Amino acid sequence: MADVVTDISREELAGLRRHNPVVDFFIRLVREKPMGTVGAAIVLILLLVGIFADLLAPYGYNDINLYAVLEPPSRHYILGTDQLGRDMLSRIIHGARISMYVGLGAAGLDAFVATLIGLISGYFGGKVDLILQRFVDSVIVFPALFFYLAIMAIIGPGLLQVTFCIGILSGVGSSRLIRSAVMGAKQNVYVEAAHAIGAPSRRILLRHILPNVFAPVIIIFTIAMGAVIIAEATLSFLGFGIPPPAPSWGGMLSGAGRRYMVDAPWMAIWPGLALSLVVYGINMFGDAMRDLLDPRLRGGMGGMGAYGTEKAKKALAKKTKKDRAQ
Amino acid sequence: MQNYLIRRMLLIIPTIIIVTIIVFLVVRFVPGDVIDLMVTEMSQIGETRAAEEIDEEWVRHKLGLDVPIHVQYVRWIGGILTRGDLGTSLWTQRPLALELQKRIPVTFELSLMALIISILIAIPVGVYSAIRQDTAGDYVGRTIAIAGLSIPNFWLGTIIFVLPAIWWGWSPPVEYIPLVKDPLGNLGQFIIPAIIMGTATAAGLMRMTRTMMLEVLRNDYIRTAWSKGLKERVIVLRHALKNASLPLITMLGARIPGLLSGAIIMEQIFCLPGMGRLMIDAINNRDYPVISGVNLIMASLTLICILITDISYAWVDPRIRYK
Repeated sequence: MADVVTDISREELAGLRRHNPVVDFFIRLVREKPMGTVGAAIVLILLLVGIFADLLAPYGYNDINLYAVLEPPSRHYILGTDQLGRDMLSRIIHGARISMYVGLGAAGLDAFVATLIGLISGYFGGKVDLILQRFVDSVIVFPALFFYLAIMAIIGPGLLQVTFCIGILSGVGSSRLIRSAVMGAKQNVYVEAAHAIGAPSRRILLRHILPNVFAPVIIIFTIAMGAVIIAEATLSFLGFGIPPPAPSWGGMLSGAGRRYMVDAPWMAIWPGLALSLVVYGINMFGDAMRDLLDPRLRGGMGGMGAYGTEKAKKALAKKTKKDRAQ
Repeated sequence: MQNYLIRRMLLIIPTIIIVTIIVFLVVRFVPGDVIDLMVTEMSQIGETRAAEEIDEEWVRHKLGLDVPIHVQYVRWIGGILTRGDLGTSLWTQRPLALELQKRIPVTFELSLMALIISILIAIPVGVYSAIRQDTAGDYVGRTIAIAGLSIPNFWLGTIIFVLPAIWWGWSPPVEYIPLVKDPLGNLGQFIIPAIIMGTATAAGLMRMTRTMMLEVLRNDYIRTAWSKGLKERVIVLRHALKNASLPLITMLGARIPGLLSGAIIMEQIFCLPGMGRLMIDAINNRDYPVISGVNLIMASLTLICILITDISYAWVDPRIRYK
């Protein structure tokens, strides 16, 4: 019975949709949010540079050339070299890969943990919620960097460790957003209906609630991406993130390099510039995305499909109103 | 109001208990090979405590790992509650509480200055951005705000060290000047890191101010105020900002953990002996009692700040006061 109900509503939705929702989203992005489009382009460049780092970089990230130490930008070394004669451009390009790994990995974990806690806490409510929220409360009162440092001191430095540490801990904080979205989605009549026909909690959560909180999950993922990249860079800068010689943008600004920066300012400028530009792009994109997927615009329908076209939105709003009136 | 306060206080209790458990477990999970490493490192610098035999047993005893876990916890909590004993540094053998007396004021001063600077920047820019929504000024303000969120603090700090040194041969002082000794020199030393921290915090705060103002400005009573013929200044300041500032107070409280995180970076770059430096040094020395002690203090301070903001929010907002 439950299947029949879902199928009908899906067919209706399909009739209202004119395009693929993802394509629709990008069309709206380009049309309505010029800065968001710029941000999306920067994110795309980061991904491409990260994926094809080996092909793009003129040298290896750890190719030491002691005959070309601290060279200013030139034809051979476009962005100059560091104190070991390593090409800055190649290191920045490979650094993009690290930021990409951390950005996607930690933000993914963040969104996953947030969804898991948010779903459980928001859906079951009551005592479960009360207890879980005290845990969430106690994690978020730690100033993040202090907590990250303490955890890193125990699990040791490394790409994987940093990703897990940042991803899981920041996910706990983000879960509150999902929780409130779930609590809103729970009010829908069809959730009650699913309950009435005896659908198990797992099914209600996955098929009826999860699609409803899809938009906030995507928003959390995008916004977290900028934050986790900065967090990794900060940890590496302080010397507790990804250890050298890995070319983390934050790590390139720290440690041994700092002593040479007055003589070779390019060593201080490029990694920070790359970092700022990427995070700026992600933030711009995330902002535009949040505006386009604004949870307050949501009618009764979940997922990105409901944001497809103005027409669909109006039709859905009318339909929900009618349903509620009955 | 009283009920609200009591309920708010009661909710703190489980939170603080879980915080202590988290902090407690941090030391519990110190891997065994790290203890071996600590033994080696400490016997090398053994002259300070030559009288004691330094071996794995000694380190485990100092970390309090030599008794069952629940005993450890009770002993630790008991020490904090009865004697204010937050633990002893493995390296200096000095009680952490003494060390904190010197460190907390530094971090507090830095964060407070940063907070004031961020409010001074964020509120006017945010209000302007909201009342001139979608104008060039609004776009400039918002773009700068996102830029402020994107530029990492530690890079700005590094640049402040590098560029003036190249251009004018000037670099910020790296020796700490106590406030009591030379107030002006002290403020001069704190102002640069505070501005860097403040601008970063201002970015988020400005965006919130703008959103809150936009929401309030759409209200009916604002339209009434306009049609009464009130001046824009009066409407914006007295009618709109007053109401928009309520949620801003809570948001200020939520910013405090971030502010304290920023203090670590600034203390590290500008060589200020605050909590952040203490934490970094402790990690470098594998001084686990200090790591957990600092975390406990930071979490408790944040909790108190959030509690104060919540209470002040209730005190300012009659809707909560009379519920």
